[in-house]
This record gives sequence, structure tokens and C-alpha cells, in this order.
Amino acid sequence: MYPLKFRPAPLVEVARKNRQEIVRTGVTRRELIKLGLLSTSGYLIPMRGVSAQTGCAAGACQLGCSPPTIPFVDPLPIPPVLPERPLSDPGFRIPPNAQPSGQPQDARNQPHQFRDRFPPQKFFISRMRPNPNFRFSENAANLARIPPQLIWGFNLGGAAAGDIAITPGPTIVSRYGTPIVVRRFNELAPDDTGFGVPESSTHLHNFHSGPDSDGGPCDPVFNRIVRIGQFYDYFYTMARAGFDTPEFRATNGDIRETLATLWYHGHRVDHTAENNYKGLAGFHIIFNEFDTGNENTGFRLPSFPQFDVPLFVADKLFTPEGEICFDPFGFDGLVGDKYTVNGRLQPFFEVQKRRYRFRILDGGPSRFYEFFLTNPDNPSQSIPFWQIANDGNLLPRPIEITSTRISVAERMDVIIDFKKIWDRFGHPSRLWLENRLEQVNGRAPTDRILPPGNRANVVLEFRLVGPDNVPDPSFDPEPVSFPRVPCSPNDCVFAPICLPPLPADNAANPADQIRVTRSFRFERGNGQWQINGQLMDCTRFRFTVQRNTAERWILRNNSGGWQHPIHIHLEEFRIIRRNGRLIQCGNVEFSRKDVVRLGFNEEIEIVMRFRDFRGGYPMHCHNTVHEDHQMMLLWQVQDIGDNNPEP
Amino acid sequence: MAATRRHWLAAVGVMPIIGALAARAQTPSIAGGIQPRMSGRERIRLHHLPNVELIAHTGQRVHFYDDLVKDKKVIINFMYAKCEGICVPVTANLVRVQKLLGDRVGTDIFMYSITLKPADDSAESLREYAEEHHVGPGWLFLTGSPPDIEQLRRALGFTYADPAEDADTSNHIGMLRYGVEPLTRWAACPGMANPEHIVRSILWDLG
Repeated sequence: MYPLKFRPAPLVEVARKNRQEIVRTGVTRRELIKLGLLSTSGYLIPMRGVSAQTGCAAGACQLGCSPPTIPFVDPLPIPPVLPERPLSDPGFRIPPNAQPSGQPQDARNQPHQFRDRFPPQKFFISRMRPNPNFRFSENAANLARIPPQLIWGFNLGGAAAGDIAITPGPTIVSRYGTPIVVRRFNELAPDDTGFGVPESSTHLHNFHSGPDSDGGPCDPVFNRIVRIGQFYDYFYTMARAGFDTPEFRATNGDIRETLATLWYHGHRVDHTAENNYKGLAGFHIIFNEFDTGNENTGFRLPSFPQFDVPLFVADKLFTPEGEICFDPFGFDGLVGDKYTVNGRLQPFFEVQKRRYRFRILDGGPSRFYEFFLTNPDNPSQSIPFWQIANDGNLLPRPIEITSTRISVAERMDVIIDFKKIWDRFGHPSRLWLENRLEQVNGRAPTDRILPPGNRANVVLEFRLVGPDNVPDPSFDPEPVSFPRVPCSPNDCVFAPICLPPLPADNAANPADQIRVTRSFRFERGNGQWQINGQLMDCTRFRFTVQRNTAERWILRNNSGGWQHPIHIHLEEFRIIRRNGRLIQCGNVEFSRKDVVRLGFNEEIEIVMRFRDFRGGYPMHCHNTVHEDHQMMLLWQVQDIGDNNPEP
Repeated sequence: MAATRRHWLAAVGVMPIIGALAARAQTPSIAGGIQPRMSGRERIRLHHLPNVELIAHTGQRVHFYDDLVKDKKVIINFMYAKCEGICVPVTANLVRVQKLLGDRVGTDIFMYSITLKPADDSAESLREYAEEHHVGPGWLFLTGSPPDIEQLRRALGFTYADPAEDADTSNHIGMLRYGVEPLTRWAACPGMANPEHIVRSILWDLG
């Protein structure tokens, strides 16, 4: 009656055959379990046979099934800076006004908040396009295994076909005090790669944006889904948080809310993981009068772009045939077995013997990292570097570290002084940026730190080149770094970009008083993500925060063997306590933050201000696979808030 | 900046976009030995949409891929008839989802509820369950041989990594999997969510 295309053998028989094939390949059962190919009960994850790749079926999208590749053969690519465009550019034929145009190509249905107060001075265009010929490596042997292939990305804004899309997309460089509009066209197309939904909403992660330009997921009022052939105008005030409060109106915001390293990424509800994984993300860097991008002015941080380098770290899976793949049926999360930095497989970067600023981003979708600097010729050395920022924010004092952990969407700016390392660690010719945090599935890292010096764990190889002494006018964090110098809660090495006063229950300034405490339990029941026992709902806001007030939120991880990077839109928060323990100066989390790692069974206390804009925002898990399975809630800011302690 | 941009373009390799899509029908054979490329649709069919034989509550014998999923827009969940836990609210929710979707169910959207207890749930008992819940046309309750159902459950990702957790059927995954098979467009949402939210999410993907 029904034509049979293929009729699979009973599972038991398939499993038996697969096991026999694997035995012939000489892989142990223990290794297979580790690779996720064999369940502990002895059944292979359903597959129809084993091919060349150590027990991987054709088309398998599984940890351990990517083809072998050669590391450190490609130079690190640096994404170009997105150029400004005149309003006479044909891309602005429909003008980027505060009010949406009402044209069918214009996806926006709400006006830009505060547009009159901050008239945009610079205009940008970027077009999301397929790039059918993207190379993860230029090396012939790597290309033979991972050939040129289709990814999605952003282009430099031109309409011509030759303005190809790249991933990560062009870096947007903006400045406080210069409001901007970014028009993003959706010129994607359906394809046969098996993942990616050609629709977008582009979030500027960490920025203090109105709901009209936040690029969030879903919203009961705002249309945020930009379909093929449409564009959306994102307006960024380039003002610091607090600009519409009595205290900071005159200064266009509180300078202590200055942000530096941000990123933009797809936020299409339910499809964020696959779309970002396919390439819809890039850096957005904000400079200001102190963090200038010039090492001869202001804080004298290493100059952009030569010595100030963004590193977009993302792990990928490829099929045994060498094509990037994503499993849209996995609930746990996706961890890859191939590291890319700025879109290249384990590249190398030639550095002079001087200081560099690296802006490291965990681009997801699910992996956590703990980064170390390893001298491959002497892996037992413990090599220090300096963390100067956490997420978008300069720390109150640089902190000397030998490793630091980062979860999805978190950023950290570090300064590596290759001259001091050259002098103190026996003239190493290369150094590895090595991730030694073990993670074998998308649920969580194991928290085990792996031994140093394993090239498979290296994301980037630094090669120290050039003369032993080069001029370096940049800021040296060593003399002022903790623990060399004791820290205090009032530290402010980068004054006037200091930590703002903490909201408190009995603060003298009413603007600093905590208005309400709310608790949020993150749980999983019957495989469904719940927050306080409730499920995601795109049709309503769960609670209302009163505009220009502060709140205390308690985040609890009741989900068992999972960890979650929790991200809150609109403004940043401060982590007060982790499991009851105060976060104190000297801790890299003693900082403003927009993502907080919620470890196994942890309880985090944060305080946060909600200023300036009115409207809806999400809180969600930034393990984007969990996010796409709706580990999220929507809340809103209005002039009158509610007092629901467990919304 | 011009130099940076030039370097970048050189690095990624400039190639005319027109014609390039056609050129990747097969993986370029740069060093030989490359296997022919498998389309995403084929890969997903092979790994996630097995063509197991199932029996519907209507008595029809069907094959999962060929008859239920291929070229279709579908909503899939797992349940069992004697479930005391979430099956009742999820089924009640899906009844409301079916009503909200109206005539589209059975014409261009198809709903499938697959039993987790095929040994207990005959087509007949699933028919009774469907009648009890006033299920409309275009929504099939499905049973089959236990190994086939298990293969289907695993392929569709309705599993827990922890074997003990996975063995507890009462704690089964209550998500709805929905998608458009020819577009390889797949998503999921909680089966117990607000039905209006479910319908909104589904229609964003199913169109």
C-alpha cells in the first residue's frame, strides 16, 4: 500500500552489527561512550553503519565524528570594521526615520524611543547573506576534509553580489556621544544544509537599548522577526544607562555604566542556536573619551585594531564528510569537537613582544571554557596574564590570573604581555590559548580541569616574532594589579569609569534603594524548562518592573546536572552573592555583568537597575539550545511596577 | 581599514555568489577521496526520521517517514493512554491547539501523538483515548512494535542522557516537536505552555 524507501533492520540487529564494526576499528567501548556514540546500555545512538571516521555513520553530527584537521596552519582573520554610509546610499532609499515607514520591506512596527533626544549621526548597513564558499581553513589538507561550504554572515553593507557575507560579521565600532542607526537587511535564502531558519532579529548583546532596537526574541507588541527581503533599523542612543533619570539626565547617563566589548547576534526566537552557529554574529566595540582605542591617550589601552584584537571563540561539529552540521533534535545542547576563532579552525596569530588587548567572546552555542596560557615546550609553567574587563565592563582593578572561566555569551578583555613572558619564561617562541575545561555534552562542563599541553584543546597559537625590544607605550597593568596590590571595594584604577554605588535596602539616595526582591527557580520538569514552575509565553509579560528603580533578584538552579549562563536584557547587574558567599574585590565577578553562570545547584543574588526605557525584555539561558527550548521569560518596565516576589 | 578589508576578503576567498550554490551539489574533490555530499534533508531523514511501521488509532498502517512526515508540516509528541502525569494536560492543551489551528489540521498541518507504551496501547485503546478527548480529524495517535517506537523516540531526541531518568516513563519529555520536513525547519516548545503561545510559536515556523 505504501512504497517503502528503506526499511531499517530491527534496532537490536543494527546495534549488533554496529558494535561488530566498531570492534573491528579497534575503538574501546569506554572511548565510544565518551564520544557519545554508545549508550551505557550498549546501544549505539541509531545509525545505519560505521564509516571511515572511527565509528561514525555517514552524515553523523556527533562529538568525535568531525574529520581530523591540522591546527595552527591558518593566520587568525581579523574581521573588518563596518564602514559608515551616507544617507544617499541606495540602501537608505526608504529613510531610516524614527517612525517605521509602513512599507512591506520594513519589518519594524514601533518607533524608536528617545530618537528626538539623540538624533543619529552615523548610519550603517549590513546585509545578512549566505556565503556559499566559506573556508574554515585555507590549508590544502584541511580543505580536503572540510571543503569550502555554505555559512551565513553579515556583509559590509553593499548591495553588490561581490560584497560577500563573512562570519563573524564586520566589527561595528561606535563611540559614546555619537548615536547610530544600523539597518540590517535579511538577504538570506533557504538551503539544504539541514539547519538555520532564514529569519532574524539581531540583538546588540549588553547594550542599553529600547525594546524597539533590542533585537530580542518574541514580544506581545513588537514585531521582531525580519523575513527574507525585509530590513530592520536598529537605533542605538550611544548614551550610558541612567540618561533619563534626574541624577544623570544632564550628563546623558552615568559614566560608570560605560560599556566596551559587546557583540551582535541573531535572536530569532526558537532558532537562535542554529542561526548563530551558522554565522549570524559579530563584535560591536564601543570606545569613549578614556578607553579611546589609542594607546597614547586616555587609559592607554593597546591600540585598536593592531594590538586590540577581538577573538570570537566557537566550537563546531562537522559530519564525517566535512560539512558543518547542527542537530535540531537535541535538547541537551551542542558541543563541538573543532574550535574556531574568528571563523578559522585553530588559527595562529603572530604577535610582537609587547602588550596586546584581546577581547575574548564565548560564541556558544553550549560550551564553557577555562582559558590558560600554555608554553607547549614547557607545559608545566604557570603563565600569568591580566583580566581587565568582564562582559562589557572594565574591572575596578586589573586582576592577575593564570586562568579564567567563561560561559556562553560572556566576554572578557585580557592583556597579555608577550615581552614579559618572553623574558620570564625562557624565550618561548609560541604560546597556546588553551581551554582546559572538560565538557562532553551540552548540559554542563564536568568542572574537571584537563592536563596542560594538549593541542586538541588549543583554540589559538600565539607566535612570538620580531625584535626583543619594541616600543610599547600602552598601559602596564602589572604594577596596579591584584594580588600584587591589595584590592578594596572602592578601587577605581580606570577612573572615572568606576563601579556605580550598589543598590541597597536602606540606601540614603532613593534612586539606590531596592524596591522589591524577586526569586527565580530554574527547573526542568518532564523535559520542559520552567522558571518558578511556569513555561515560556510569548503572549504576555510575567511581571512589571517600575521604571528607574532597582531590584534584587535571586536566581536558583534547581535543574540537577545542568549549568546555565543566565542573561538579562536592558541593563547590567552586579553579582552580590554566589551560594551565600559575598563576591568581593579581587574576584573577576566583582564587576558589572550581563551574563551570570549558574552552576550546579547554585544560588546567585544580583541587584539591577531598570532605567530609561519602557517596554518588554527577556531573561533567558544563553546556552542557546536551552534558550531555543524556551528556557526564558518575558518581563516589562513601566511607570508603575508590581511587587510579585516569585513571578 | 582598507588594508584590513582587503586582507579579510583575500582570506575568505572571493567567489561569485551566482553559480556557487550549484557548484556545491558535490563536495569539491580537492585531494580526492571525498565522499559525495549529503543534503541536510537526507541527513535528517537518515538520522532522525526513521521509516518505521506504525498503526494509527484509526486502524491505518503507516510508515513514519513516507506517510506521516515527508513533505508535510507536522506537530509530534509522545504520550501514553494510562498516563496520570502530564499527558492529560498536554493532550487537553493540544485539543485547544487543534481548535485554534482550525481547518488547517488535516489539510496542511498534521498532528501525531506517539505512545511510549506500545505494549499497553493498542490501536483500539488509543482510539478510545482519542474519543475521550474529543480529538478532531488530522490528529493521529500511533503505536507500533516496541523496538520501532524506541528507535523513533531516540531519533526524535525525546531522551534523557541519564539512563535512570530515561527509564522513568512518567517523567517523559513533554515537549512538542514541530517542523516543516522539506525545509528541514524543526523547533520545539513545551507541551504544557499556554496554547495561544504554542500556536503562535508553531505558526511562526509552519507559516
